[in-house]
Amino acid sequence: MRDRTFAPSRILIYLIVSLIAAAWLAPLAVVVLNSLRSNEEIAQGSMIGWPHHLAWSNYAAAWSGFCVAETCAGIRPYMLNSALVTIPATIFSTLLGAVAGYAVSLWRFRGDSWIYGIVTLGLFLPQQMRLLPWTIVLRDTGLMNTLTGLVVIHTIQGLSFTTLFCRNYYTAIPQELIRAARIDGAGFFRVFWRIILPLSPPILVVTVIWQFTHIWNEFLYGVTFTTGQQQPVTAALIALSAAVADIPQHGVQSAAVIIAALPTLLIYLLGGKYFVRGLTAGAVK
Amino acid sequence: MTIAVSTTPGRPAASEWVRRLPEYLTIWVPLLLSAAHLIAFSLWTIWISFTPSTLVPVSGWVGLRNYSSVAASRNWQIALDNLLLFGSAFVLLSLATGLILAILLDQRIRGENVLRSIFLYPLAVSFVVTGTVWSWLLNPGLGIQKLVRDLGWTSFRFDWLIDRDMAIWTIVIAAIWQSSGFAMALFLAGLRSVDADLIKAAQIDGAGPIRMYRRVILPTLWPITITVIVIQLQFAISTFDLVRALTNGGPGIATQLPALVVYDLMFQRSLLGRGAAAAVLMLLILLAVLLPYAAWRYVQRRRAIHA
Repeated sequence: MRDRTFAPSRILIYLIVSLIAAAWLAPLAVVVLNSLRSNEEIAQGSMIGWPHHLAWSNYAAAWSGFCVAETCAGIRPYMLNSALVTIPATIFSTLLGAVAGYAVSLWRFRGDSWIYGIVTLGLFLPQQMRLLPWTIVLRDTGLMNTLTGLVVIHTIQGLSFTTLFCRNYYTAIPQELIRAARIDGAGFFRVFWRIILPLSPPILVVTVIWQFTHIWNEFLYGVTFTTGQQQPVTAALIALSAAVADIPQHGVQSAAVIIAALPTLLIYLLGGKYFVRGLTAGAVK
Repeated sequence: MTIAVSTTPGRPAASEWVRRLPEYLTIWVPLLLSAAHLIAFSLWTIWISFTPSTLVPVSGWVGLRNYSSVAASRNWQIALDNLLLFGSAFVLLSLATGLILAILLDQRIRGENVLRSIFLYPLAVSFVVTGTVWSWLLNPGLGIQKLVRDLGWTSFRFDWLIDRDMAIWTIVIAAIWQSSGFAMALFLAGLRSVDADLIKAAQIDGAGPIRMYRRVILPTLWPITITVIVIQLQFAISTFDLVRALTNGGPGIATQLPALVVYDLMFQRSLLGRGAAAAVLMLLILLAVLLPYAAWRYVQRRRAIHA
């Protein structure tokens, strides 16, 4: 069954797989093509079609032209918001998760398995259970409707994932290595810096990609805790489709969708292997 | 080695404490923040669900009144019906799609890496983006129906998006497209770890490919299957972005789901007490899935240790 002969059955396999792959790529192809068609051209036909002449202007309009509510600055300010939330929150949650993962797996301290157990509950607790408390906390600390507020939320919540990823990776490091270093007088930070960190690049890449993708794509907190000019791009896309509901500009909207999806798609193309590793690492807890 | 090593085990001296303070802070602050917010926020939301809070949280006790009014509301009942239908259809179909894809990719075909990337790429994109794109494709006046009619088949109908009875299936379609790749990835890993001796033995016994899968390979996949089911169910229960972008709960309230009801109660109707009650109900639904799974995992682990 697992040989490389070209029997009819193998042709059938290739046929089926190619058809499914085409179906999986179709939505992407449709948006890419639409992003290059003028709004009028789409209005005359359907959303599915080949561009007659390439309307690159859609991208310019999407990036810095179209209007949501009163402001006409395109998608650029919202992309910037998303970047300003995603990049710091990814870095903070990854670093803190690496230290925490190291502490609970190799350094060990009294109560480590308890606290680790509670932290991993964060993988399951629905966001809806935290919406009201975060609302109150952000309001009382003056962080409501700020990017800083979103960074704080994503850092603290991301810790559940980053600690799990790093802890599972570090448990493969022999405890004797740490014990020997401690006998030589190395402290918590020196062991981390000299022994753990040099061994960490593979898991840090997985964690960074995972966190970046999740925070960039996050919608519920973005739409709940920010409004108007402070919103991340996912929330702005929804606001955009609502704003243009009467006179749709499907060409420009398609370009906006592509731009919003581009950062995570690029990361996926470059580091797909690590993305999948994160995906399955989360599953095999 | 001139660095002092604490030779007295047990309670460290006070100066030792001070010296190691940065270490303790680094270890405990992030972990405590994370653990404390999970527990405190859950208790907080549970507490709000028993208060008469509306626009702002207030103290007071209304017992289960918020729960009974949520449970009695048409919105919530429709959301539950939808969750049942969406959850089971989505989980079964994405499981089947994922398994078929994994088996096909396991046939030593050329371009496996490219194909795997194609089936997994939707997972890297936000549900807002994919929901928006699917809302265009499934819009009868814009997407597939319009295309087919323009091509000459003028009586063609594919208008589930605006059909009250069928709209929930548009969410099933989009969700399958977006996350079957996840099931595929896990199944493929499982297929690749099947004991080669087992396969060889079955081949010697003269088992054909179909018999081989049914009798030898697939039975080893059931632990992975359960994991996939639980994770996909967890996704289904908390689905929000996808519906928000694809149907926004409509037409009418035909595609309402629990997460949308929670949001609606909390932030659109400002009924915080009821919103919190709906969130707790969501948590209970989730626990109904997760607790049996956790028990099963526990038994599995113990068996593995004793075996």
